[in-house]
Amino acid sequence: MSRDDIFEKIQEVLDDALGVDEDEVTPNASLTADLGAESIDFLDIIFRLEKTFDFKISQGELFPENLSENPDWISDGNLSDAGLAMLKERMTHVDFTSIEDGDRNISKIGDLITVNSLVDFVEIKLAG
Amino acid sequence: MRWLWIDCIVEHDAEKRLVAIKNVSLAEDVLHDHVIDGKPIMPFSLMIEGMAQTAGILVGSTTRFKEKVILAKIAKASLDCDVTAGDTVRYDATIERIDDAGASTSGTIDRRVAGGEAWERIGRIELLFSHIDNNLAGTEFPAHNFVFSDNFKMILETAGLANLAD
Repeated sequence: MSRDDIFEKIQEVLDDALGVDEDEVTPNASLTADLGAESIDFLDIIFRLEKTFDFKISQGELFPENLSENPDWISDGNLSDAGLAMLKERMTHVDFTSIEDGDRNISKIGDLITVNSLVDFVEIKLAG
Repeated sequence: MRWLWIDCIVEHDAEKRLVAIKNVSLAEDVLHDHVIDGKPIMPFSLMIEGMAQTAGILVGSTTRFKEKVILAKIAKASLDCDVTAGDTVRYDATIERIDDAGASTSGTIDRRVAGGEAWERIGRIELLFSHIDNNLAGTEFPAHNFVFSDNFKMILETAGLANLAD
């Protein structure tokens, strides 16, 4: 499946899950900041991706989850170096460059998940 | 008033599908507060609740009602026509996806008008449920399952499905 095909299918997934128009679903659009996704929408998106691409997604594989449960990962509401290293290792489909030297507030981490992140994730899953 | 918007379960295919019916009655206060053009109408929001109860029981039954299953999102809901007193509504729910975090369900709503015999498809509803003990970033909830109350157990017992719960 080509990257363009994956992108088109993800447009449909986000259209169904978030009620957004397909032309709003641009490669660099952030799921939370631009498309208005809330935490429960992530579960909806995961289920729809599983159905669309016929693979299984484990908890925490696509979106960061339960970060606050480990005090080594979060310090004063911010992602620690250890937390960032863990996410970079687990979530190779996400570009963490913008927070490496910037705002690491836990509330901002979701903003890093873009449509491109989903396309990368699906490409990696399908290749694996 | 008890917050039950289904009357009985009529079909159950374990871990896949559950069908429940609701007889709409003028004895329900809510119909008197929802009169349109002189006709008492069953509010669509309560039909969504009826589907949520149907699908919620189905999802809950997969873990013998040990998980706290909460309606988290109405993904889609459409209704083509009104339902009024004397009608019977049928909620047919199917699990689309389920895991430790939650479940998604799809469902149809059928109506049989008063005195009629045929069922007519009048709506579709897609829902998302959360297993909240596994899905709210470590937030702790009471140990007892406050979602599935004795009311729901009564519905299971009436349908001969009491063995689904511990």
